[in-house]
Amino acid sequence: MSTPTVTASPAGETDDRVVVKGKVGVLFARPEIGALIGALAVAALFLAVAPSFRSLGNTGTILYAAASIGIMAVGVSLLMVGGEFDLSTGVAATTSGIVAALTAWNFGVNVWVGVLVALVISLGIGAFNGWLLMRTGLPSFLVTLGTFFVLQGANLAVTRLVGGTVSTPTITDMDGFASAQKVFAWEASIGPVTIKALVVYWLVLVVIAALVLTRTRVGNWIFAVGGDADAARAVGVPVKAVKIGLFVTVGFCAWMLGMHLLFSYSVMQSGEGVGNEFIYIIAAVVGGCLLTGGYGSVVGGALGALIFGMTRMGINYAGWNVDWFYTFLGVMLLLATLVNLYVKKKADAR
Amino acid sequence: MSTQTLQARPADVTPLVVMQDVGKSYGNVHALRGVNLEVYPGEVTCVLGDNGAGKSTLIKIMAGLHEHTSGTFEVNGVKRNLASPRAAQALGIATVYQDLALAPLMSVWRNFFMGNEIRSGLFLDAKRMKTIADEELQKMGIQIGDLDRPVGGLSGGQKQCIAIARAIYFGAKVIILDEPTAALGVKQSGVVLKYIAKARDAGLGVVFITHNPHHAYLVGNHFVILKLGRLTLDADRHELTLDELTAEMAGGQELADLQHELGGVEAGKTVDPDHPEVELAGPGKPRLHSRGTDDDATSKGEA
Repeated sequence: MSTPTVTASPAGETDDRVVVKGKVGVLFARPEIGALIGALAVAALFLAVAPSFRSLGNTGTILYAAASIGIMAVGVSLLMVGGEFDLSTGVAATTSGIVAALTAWNFGVNVWVGVLVALVISLGIGAFNGWLLMRTGLPSFLVTLGTFFVLQGANLAVTRLVGGTVSTPTITDMDGFASAQKVFAWEASIGPVTIKALVVYWLVLVVIAALVLTRTRVGNWIFAVGGDADAARAVGVPVKAVKIGLFVTVGFCAWMLGMHLLFSYSVMQSGEGVGNEFIYIIAAVVGGCLLTGGYGSVVGGALGALIFGMTRMGINYAGWNVDWFYTFLGVMLLLATLVNLYVKKKADAR
Repeated sequence: MSTQTLQARPADVTPLVVMQDVGKSYGNVHALRGVNLEVYPGEVTCVLGDNGAGKSTLIKIMAGLHEHTSGTFEVNGVKRNLASPRAAQALGIATVYQDLALAPLMSVWRNFFMGNEIRSGLFLDAKRMKTIADEELQKMGIQIGDLDRPVGGLSGGQKQCIAIARAIYFGAKVIILDEPTAALGVKQSGVVLKYIAKARDAGLGVVFITHNPHHAYLVGNHFVILKLGRLTLDADRHELTLDELTAEMAGGQELADLQHELGGVEAGKTVDPDHPEVELAGPGKPRLHSRGTDDDATSKGEA
């Protein structure tokens, strides 16, 4: 029989297994680093192959393409950090525009009344999604898939029922349209660059949402409910309120986008928006949001949207067949997630 | 426990929590029946029981996750039905769960202040929270180093200590520990037990839930044993020894039965694998060196 031996530990009293990370390590541990690298790579690619991409005048167009994705990606990123999913976002923006247009046209009221009714409906759709989710405990995938189909059908049916066609009746000559257009769809030129309203609203929303997520109590709660909802509840975080609030925020983003689309094109096509929900989710995932929640960033989502905008316009400017756009997008998604995974492993190992 | 003083508590100390005849049914399942329990400040009350004995239900009632369905539950002399964990926390009852209520991807300091964030104006006061978290953890004697690390990468003992330190820092008067040593090694268990004693010395009422009578006896003042949803033992430390506690925990007579049952096993015996006493049937029986190399064969020959 062998006797047990005791080896003397070479380590001292203190636990020296953890060394403080260097600056590079801290930087690489951030969720948006993968998207940043991806954005730089895409920019470099199109700067090299597409001469028009280099023209300063096209910056506004590229930013606008990014903003039309990014404004929803703000809400979707927050929601995904909070551990939930929303498939109804694409059609919800269309719903918002349709509600505003039809309310004003059908009841002959000031366009601003329609805008406010649309806001209430959009926030209401978000609140309903969140409430149903918390009430039933079903996965958000199923709940919002249901909402998606309900809204897709209602968009078509109600528009045809009220206006007789698949697009909303024109409201350009109604009271309040001009002032609403000045708020939601203005344009400004800085030198050769034309900046559209949506780009400014997008950037403002990104800054506010990023501050809320990383610097406020509510932000900490969003990480908490996404990371471990039971743990969050056990330490007194109002899980239901936070999650419903996140869906309402997504509703607000849908309203912003819906209003911009309505007042820049004057009509809403009732079949629009289908499929966009995945693009918003892709932007958030490329930006470093985990599908499982509890990790991610708003700035990353914005970078994801920027990659998207650059790709969409870049393919055009490079003279490639635009049919390849979605293929390119799929490759980008895979690359970005792989980079995220690699970077995260590297950062954890440091 | 050399400094253990077995003095009785002063007469004027009143219990923080009193449970009388408390029961909880889920439909037709009576998870808990007729439980009496008192938690005094500056003492460790140990709740022992096997898996499924009703320990978790008892904790959930005290923590505000479930409401009891019969009996009375008093906190500081006032009858209560706790509707939420927030209500329990407001009364100074903090619970450290087995899963610790830590979000794995969040940093140490964010977890420490989860749900109780310090703000300056609208924004989080990250600097102050980090300083406080660092101080509180140092007080408990654990060094995390980088407080920005996600909690998921820490050891079980470190996580446990963060959860306990957090509960103590946020003004708990009663702290409920759900099997804090269950998943830990000997040394880490020792660290956690030391903190339990520290919490007691700080005047907290500690409810220590465990299925390990040895751990319970190292720090406990009062012991109750739950079995099939009922109390089967309710005794002060001076009323019983560790052996008695272990025997009670194992079910006294049941342990004797178990020993009788295992009588023929001959604990400590070893069997030569080449000549097993029992032949296992079938082609799947373990064959130790059917595919051995030449080297293996020589070394075996030498042995």
